[in-house]
Amino acid sequence: MTPYGKGPIHQDLPRTADLVVIGAGVVGAAAAWFATLAGLRVVVVDRGAIAGGTSGAGEGNVLVSDKEPGPELELARYSRQVWGEDLGGYGGLWEFERKGGLVVASTPAALGALRTLAARQRARGVVVREVSGDELPALEPRLTREAAGGALYPQDAQVQPMLAAAHLLRLARQRGAVVRTRAEVVGFLRPGGRTGSPATPGGDTATPGGGMGAPAGDMGAPAGGMGAPGRDAGVPVTGVTTPHGTVSAPAVLNAAGTWAGAVAGLAGVGLPVLPRRGFVLVTEPLPPATVRHKVYAADYVDAVASSDAELQASPVVEGTGGGTVLIGSTRERVGFDRRPSPAAVRALARGAIGLFPMLASVRAMRVYAGFRPYCPDHLPVIGPDPRAPGLWHACGHEGAGIGLAAGTGKLIAQALTGEAPELDLTPFAPERFERGGADEPRGT
Amino acid sequence: MATDRPTYDVAVVGAGPAGLSAAVGAAEAGLDVVLVDAGRLPGGQYWRHDDEHSTPPRSHGGRLFARLRARLHHQRDLGRLRYLPGHQVWLIDRPRPDGGPFTLRLNGPYETAPVERDRVRARALVLCCGAYDRQLPLPGWELPGVMAAGGVQALLKGHRAVAGRRAVVAGTGPFLLPVATGLARAGARVLAVCEANPAHGWLRHLDGAVRAPAKSAEAVRYAALMARHRIPYRTRAAVTEILGEDRVRGVRIDGGEVLEADLVALGWGFTPALELPLMVGAATRRDLDGSLVAVVDARQRTTVPGVLAAGETTGVGGAAPAVAEGRLAALSLAAAHGLPVDPRTVRRLRAAIRHGRAFAAALHRTYPVPDGWTDRLTERTLVCRCEEVTYGELCRARTDLGAEDPRTMKLLARPGMGWCQGRICGFAVAAVTASLTGRPATAEDLRPLSARPFAAPVTLGELAEMVDEDEEP
Repeated sequence: MTPYGKGPIHQDLPRTADLVVIGAGVVGAAAAWFATLAGLRVVVVDRGAIAGGTSGAGEGNVLVSDKEPGPELELARYSRQVWGEDLGGYGGLWEFERKGGLVVASTPAALGALRTLAARQRARGVVVREVSGDELPALEPRLTREAAGGALYPQDAQVQPMLAAAHLLRLARQRGAVVRTRAEVVGFLRPGGRTGSPATPGGDTATPGGGMGAPAGDMGAPAGGMGAPGRDAGVPVTGVTTPHGTVSAPAVLNAAGTWAGAVAGLAGVGLPVLPRRGFVLVTEPLPPATVRHKVYAADYVDAVASSDAELQASPVVEGTGGGTVLIGSTRERVGFDRRPSPAAVRALARGAIGLFPMLASVRAMRVYAGFRPYCPDHLPVIGPDPRAPGLWHACGHEGAGIGLAAGTGKLIAQALTGEAPELDLTPFAPERFERGGADEPRGT
Repeated sequence: MATDRPTYDVAVVGAGPAGLSAAVGAAEAGLDVVLVDAGRLPGGQYWRHDDEHSTPPRSHGGRLFARLRARLHHQRDLGRLRYLPGHQVWLIDRPRPDGGPFTLRLNGPYETAPVERDRVRARALVLCCGAYDRQLPLPGWELPGVMAAGGVQALLKGHRAVAGRRAVVAGTGPFLLPVATGLARAGARVLAVCEANPAHGWLRHLDGAVRAPAKSAEAVRYAALMARHRIPYRTRAAVTEILGEDRVRGVRIDGGEVLEADLVALGWGFTPALELPLMVGAATRRDLDGSLVAVVDARQRTTVPGVLAAGETTGVGGAAPAVAEGRLAALSLAAAHGLPVDPRTVRRLRAAIRHGRAFAAALHRTYPVPDGWTDRLTERTLVCRCEEVTYGELCRARTDLGAEDPRTMKLLARPGMGWCQGRICGFAVAAVTASLTGRPATAEDLRPLSARPFAAPVTLGELAEMVDEDEEP
């Protein structure tokens, strides 16, 4: 007695659409939702499952506190507003919680640096309140008493990112969008019948689980390096080819996350999106309000901004609705290696205990790895690609993709429908790496 | 201080029939062995007993166990085998991924020598991790008084405790019989053994049984015991619902008849514990009985160099092939070390394994988990008890949110995310997800619910104190 029918729920691919979104993660889902809302006929395809890549392997951060003033902070503020306002009515579906971030400095020197950053952020419109060492216990009773002080960021929030992606896609489907998982884009339609050749042999869509479940090295390293020959440079993209059919569309959005470089490579354009591995440790369920905010150490911002290949670890500790406590986050550039690394796990545990000594006797239930898609200048890629007209990108959000997804989706929809985007997309331009705009050399 | 920490030739994980045999065999062949076991006493689940001096009954291979135990103690006394009972392996890592020794991180009791309390290092592994009861959800299965058949058995064997007075034993497979007769001998009234499959007995239905005369004798003995205790054996009889408010009051059979009972023991076969094989990256496959098992070759080698597996880890087959496989794994390691191995012994072991596995295959074919068991689930039936996820919620995660594989199901509806990390509901979630999407469950469905980053509970404090082998001189 199954209350809902059985069998595959695959929707057939239509032959045409206004927009094809590649990637059913949270960025693709947000773009699909806002584009559908703007009246576009949208098709979403993913080689794996819904939220099967980085969206399913993070903590659900919607943070403004960890960004230095600059384009990313502007995008973060904008996106936080979209999460809270445009999507605010749906927040319950994906456990949107305005819990606030508490950044903790362990030494007077670190507190001084935190105050300086806070002042610069405040000048850019971030709400931040300085917290003295004496005030910390009232905010976080279980926090170490060793801390010198901190800063409270009430705008910091949290979502359950897999639910956010899945519900945004459900809402888009209700308005007519078509979502097809296990449909890998193996080529692009180009005028004159040319299609891009696959970066890897096509037809490996049978790889179950796609994204997260795929073994390391599946789909290879992101292929779209700077040295891509640009064989098809300048030739428009007019649709996609998948093993389940071809969809013609005037716009194709690359929201393939960590694999976005490979998708760009398929279109003959270079996009230096690389994986940066992160682990998140999950504890046994603890009593409610054991950890009340997103609590992290002041050196987290440095780790986020760092380009070192080595293991970076600074603790981010937060509770969840289910009672478990999530402990992020490490960052290291090791390609697509998913095996738990004792050094990373140890660093997470040490950092968390440093902030909350009571966690030492709490049991860990699991640890998971995700691959954050990052660009050499640590900025996402958002907007049309002039090197392949018709191809758009929304990728490279690194560890901030959940928080930045809502704003990214809305901006993409504005630009696609010819509206002026509410935020200048120039800093996120896909071709910026061609003109030597990248701050740092890439490579692992 | 840590510099003289030994690197063993082999670490055997598990001291059940396969692990005991592997550890003793490897030590006797001349290898340095460490045997790590979660149990306080050797023997595993099959040879569970209640104190150091007792043995399991003779009918259960008690003499074989007693011999293996004596050899274990002998090798330990000679200093060739280090035996670590009461230790759980929670992580295995290999600092140099494609070679070099493995580090096994342990949770041990505090009386153990400090240097080995937290970890051991070994150049090869024999994983003999055993199996636990396979559970299938059905309406009311979460009520107090409903137990896994193996749990009922463990209480009887390990603590001589009876879990109820009026019992129904239900599910499928020959394991229901010792549970029923054990309960009856301990004083409970067993109202019925409900066998979901049509099979009556092993003798009539199993070609494979001809080649396992010991097993046939066992079947005859159980049949006699069932008769003596006047336990009705009902075939094609499935418990479709468990009745009760705050505890079990009875069971409904095939949607009709009600038997009033205060204990329901459910057994649907076994699920091998695959955490460690998956953790080291060994290839796995779906066995005849639907369980995920480690792939091994004719020398018990998994697909990962230096990692061998034996017993239920490679397919549920019972103690007899497990003992032979453990021994073969030991000889295979000895041969790899250039030690002499008698080819006749190897031939004899392979023959024993072939026979044991053929018999197990016949059992799996005779007592499958019945098709369509998911049809008994209702909107409100709990599938994942830890996170209290109902069948209805799984259905909606598929139709509304697009979850079509167990991993996505887990991320969107949370089955398998709680305390047991999918140990109890993993098989069911894989089967339900596959059935909802209109296909049979595959190994790919089972893997995400069988892999666990920590194979046993570990505190953050222990994680923080983890020593990196590479940091040592």
